[in-house]
Amino acid sequence: MKSPFSLINAVIAISTGVVVLVGYFVPLLASIRELLLQWAVILAAFALLVGVANLLLVHLKKMGRVKKGGIYSLVLWVAFFITVGVVALDGPDGSKSVFLFNSIQIPVEGTLMALLAVTLAIASIRLLRRRAGLFTYVFIGTALLVLLGTAPLYGIGEIPFLSQARAWIAGVLSVAGARGILLGVALGTVATGIRVLMGVDRPYGG
Amino acid sequence: MNLLEAIGSVMGIIFILLFLGLMVLFFATGRGRTVRNLREIPAFTRLRRSVGLAVEAGTRVHVSLGRGGLMGLPAGSALVGLTMLDRIARAASSSDRPPVATSGEGVLMVLSQDVMRTAYRSVSTEEQYDAGAGRLSGLTPFSYVAGAIPVILDEQVSTNVLIGNFGSEVGLLTEASEQKGNLTVAGTDHVPAQAVLVAAAQEPLLGEEVYAGGAYLGAGAFHIASLRAQDVLRWVLIVVILLGAFAKLVGLL
Repeated sequence: MKSPFSLINAVIAISTGVVVLVGYFVPLLASIRELLLQWAVILAAFALLVGVANLLLVHLKKMGRVKKGGIYSLVLWVAFFITVGVVALDGPDGSKSVFLFNSIQIPVEGTLMALLAVTLAIASIRLLRRRAGLFTYVFIGTALLVLLGTAPLYGIGEIPFLSQARAWIAGVLSVAGARGILLGVALGTVATGIRVLMGVDRPYGG
Repeated sequence: MNLLEAIGSVMGIIFILLFLGLMVLFFATGRGRTVRNLREIPAFTRLRRSVGLAVEAGTRVHVSLGRGGLMGLPAGSALVGLTMLDRIARAASSSDRPPVATSGEGVLMVLSQDVMRTAYRSVSTEEQYDAGAGRLSGLTPFSYVAGAIPVILDEQVSTNVLIGNFGSEVGLLTEASEQKGNLTVAGTDHVPAQAVLVAAAQEPLLGEEVYAGGAYLGAGAFHIASLRAQDVLRWVLIVVILLGAFAKLVGLL
């Protein structure tokens, strides 16, 4: 059963989308397009607040159930209110706010980045087991070659051949491949946009 | 507007109208076409099977929509993620554990809730809807991942669908999925993250395969028509690029 608002939602979404799209090509509609985009930015900011409220509610429920990991939800709540309090009192560029960011956010994200490096090394080994084949060997061989060509080797220093090979792979092969993929991504994005403009895809309660 | 900008605008309009015309043409001439007429993409075959198994086993499907939002190029992959969430929510609507969606952006979170509510309403199982099933897990790349990992590990998830705009941090999500022995179907519009997914995901989706999700999950004839339009225009672009390269080679450009 359709919602009574689904038709109104669809009319608003499609007409707004068409005006914004046409505004890119027709200068007459450029000012309306700008206005609609500004409204979209304001709505996105409100959605962000709704999202933060959702995050807090989900973790409040987790704390209430006293399940595994509930303590982390408590940490999230405490950290959230401390951060909001400090930034509200000190301003986003204040020394205490910057201290919080530099002392907690950056080290934690740096740690996760380091973990990611190990995770990817393990994933590459797993790939050999899961999909052993020519393309897997080429993929891993190329990754190793680029790694060895990027950093000087311990006790040996930079090997010119590896550096040149890395530069050629990064400048020719990977650019060609990336452009091919981006072409597919661009076509897919246009197709998705047209489907939304025609009301075939309605991710807004249609 | 100078002459070059005007030419660019006209070509842009022509391209979009051509795309639209082809989609309508293929829709009108190919209504009988089904997923069986498309080349097989193993990721979608496994995903359909896995969603069915999740419903039978009473486990959950986790859909992660990335952090792209709807402003700019990442919107395309985010919208495909929402279409896939819609299809998965319909297919798993009778499950004891309905799907859960995580995202790293406010608008996507709101839309994921809306998509699930609409999907349940359309199959008359609105009581399945839980606003907590569409969640914002974090706002920075790593906090988003750190918020989504507990969903994979602790909420009896058996299948993870990662479709949207991710950076290389998506490798941490695939690793968590691997630890639990779950199926991971993953695709993104971000080229470096695609390289990560080739290595780390069980079923990676590359390039335009990401945008075929709706067609392969039975979202309708128009999705199949848009896939055929993409195929035709890809060949048109290949020919234009080759002609351009040839013209450059012989000194015409």
